[in-house]
Amino acid sequence: MADTDMSVATDTQVSPLVCRAATAVVYAFLLAVFLLGVGEFSPWVILGIAAVHAYAFIAYKYWSGLERTGTGDLVVAAVSAVFVIAALINWGSFSAYAWETFFGMAVVQGGILCVVQYWKTLRQAPPSAWFGLIVVMVYALLAILAPIVAPFGETSIVGSQYELWGAACTKVELCPPEAGAKQMILGTDHLGRDMLSRLIYGARNTIGLAFLTTILAFSLGGVMGLLAASLGGWVDNLTSRVVDILMAIPSLVFSLLILTVVGTSYVSIVLVIAVLDSTRVYRLARAVAMNIVVMDYVEVAKLRGEGLWYIIRHELLPNAMPPLVAEFGLRFCFVFLFISALSFLGLGLQPPTADWGSMVKENATLITFEDVTPLVPAGAIALLTVGVNFVVDWFLHKTSGLKS
Amino acid sequence: MDKILKMMSQRIGLGLITLLLVSMIIAGIVELLPGDMCQEILGQAATEETVANCRTENGLDRPFYVRYGEWLVGMVTGDMGKSLANKREIAELVGVRLGNTLFLAAYAAAISVPIALTLGILAALYRNSFYDRSVNVFTLSTISTPEFFVAYILILFLSVKAGIFPSISNIAPDHGFLDRLERSTLPAFTLTLVVVAHMMRMTRAAIINLLASPYIEMARLKGLKPGRIIVKHALPNALAPIINVVVLNLAYLIVGVVIVEVVFVYPGLGQLLVDSVSKRDFPVVQASSLLFAFTFIALNLLADILSILSNPRLLHPR
Repeated sequence: MADTDMSVATDTQVSPLVCRAATAVVYAFLLAVFLLGVGEFSPWVILGIAAVHAYAFIAYKYWSGLERTGTGDLVVAAVSAVFVIAALINWGSFSAYAWETFFGMAVVQGGILCVVQYWKTLRQAPPSAWFGLIVVMVYALLAILAPIVAPFGETSIVGSQYELWGAACTKVELCPPEAGAKQMILGTDHLGRDMLSRLIYGARNTIGLAFLTTILAFSLGGVMGLLAASLGGWVDNLTSRVVDILMAIPSLVFSLLILTVVGTSYVSIVLVIAVLDSTRVYRLARAVAMNIVVMDYVEVAKLRGEGLWYIIRHELLPNAMPPLVAEFGLRFCFVFLFISALSFLGLGLQPPTADWGSMVKENATLITFEDVTPLVPAGAIALLTVGVNFVVDWFLHKTSGLKS
Repeated sequence: MDKILKMMSQRIGLGLITLLLVSMIIAGIVELLPGDMCQEILGQAATEETVANCRTENGLDRPFYVRYGEWLVGMVTGDMGKSLANKREIAELVGVRLGNTLFLAAYAAAISVPIALTLGILAALYRNSFYDRSVNVFTLSTISTPEFFVAYILILFLSVKAGIFPSISNIAPDHGFLDRLERSTLPAFTLTLVVVAHMMRMTRAAIINLLASPYIEMARLKGLKPGRIIVKHALPNALAPIINVVVLNLAYLIVGVVIVEVVFVYPGLGQLLVDSVSKRDFPVVQASSLLFAFTFIALNLLADILSILSNPRLLHPR
């Protein structure tokens, strides 16, 4: 204990004060957002206040539990302060969206805490991985803060069809009075809605749906794969054969077939893609777990009389984690591209929901007039998937390097 | 030889069983509709009589297994029934379009396979060099971009700005071969960019895997040039995984054309599938899904068989 204290103390003095004060400021700020921002008292506000308390507690506990340095503390405090100050300057829009502010704060603080904690590893990461991490972070923030950041509403019509980039807001009654000079930085789409705003809302819709689908696919495929590997016998045989059959049909064709029957809605899209995608997760989880099940320590655990759940939870899962985490990133990209493709075909998210795939399709005619607007949402999709792929590539390289 | 024949017949049998089960899924999925197909198409407002008429017309009043049997026999013999939307023979609709899709896939394969193999061998030869790393980043990026992004960029530069190729590939049966080739160049380029990355990475990995083996060491000690070592000694032994990945990508080319066909309005099977899905034209969706599934399974089977055939240990048993 004394050793670690000494080594930390040589860096710069760690004062618990910074950590405590910063947490207190953030706590007060979030509480104010919920209490002052939302006009009337509703169950949501009570839930929000409870969430703020829980968040402040967890954040403080986690932060003070880290192996800390003075610089690290200052960085976390400074970044949190920047967020709070930015919110105080634009108090009107931030306080109107209390939950968005709350989750935005959580992501900013969580992200910066992770950076500080894993700084030694991150410092050696290649530039491509850094690029990927920053892209993911920015996208996550945009998706969460969408209504605060977007200049106009998701479906509000603010001008005529296909305005040029940087055109001023024309329909005065739809523009806020103080924003007479407010520009539509990326012009408008085929119905006269602001492209940039729809792009930002699209981040929320598309990424949110893809994230949810991936989590579902992982829970289903991962659990089935681990179960099949640890139980073996007929369970393994049965699930593996079912998965073989499902994988024999090309997934885009299969999902089109199912969507014809059940119709396109959020629920059906999420479920269909999650089930189809869980087959890939199943294969990986089973293959990885098969190699672990034969290890001596699993045998020992079985002899000790541990149950199935204990073995999966304490013996299989920790050792299967690195490939599964990497697979999560890749699966997310795949699902994300898949949903975008479906939307592009007009069979995914239905209008007027903003979604990158359908935005490309709706504005595709512009490309014949040498206008690059439809490439912007397509590029947004590409940038995120490339970013995630870079991070996964680095992660895989790192974990496999550590093993050998 | 005996062992190979046994393995191959096993694989083919397994493929046939898979195909049968898949056809059952495709036929059976329509049964999941609340009510049935006729009710779904005609809507709530339809009278009992029209629904009943529609049912007898489409044979829905008979049990599922009878209809499934007839459907399967029809599929095999080429009598695929009629489209709900325009009452045309599905076989007619599908036949031409399948030809177009196969043409596009073959065109894309003819461009992409040589490029991918060359790039992959070069990357293995100069591995960890600047060339290798930049190819790595480039392919990682093309793998993870959506097809329509690549397609629209190509349209913007090669069609709208440079005016070399048409941006819409409307192909009619009376177009000559060269005309067809020109009109389907942009879709073929798009598909090439999408599949080259995967094939190239696998080629590189397959060759690099072999470079640690003793006989490569021997060849190196003999004083052979690195290029010759790779082409003469490593490549023949890496053939099995390379053939495998090439065939799997062919399967992807045929199945993954859906989006590319929609972007370029190419009259292929994928375009037909998407159109029929939005019209909820069940018989056409079923027929084209089955065709896609058949191609996919057949090519996977081919990959399996070729990798058995190109395995020297199986071909020359001791």
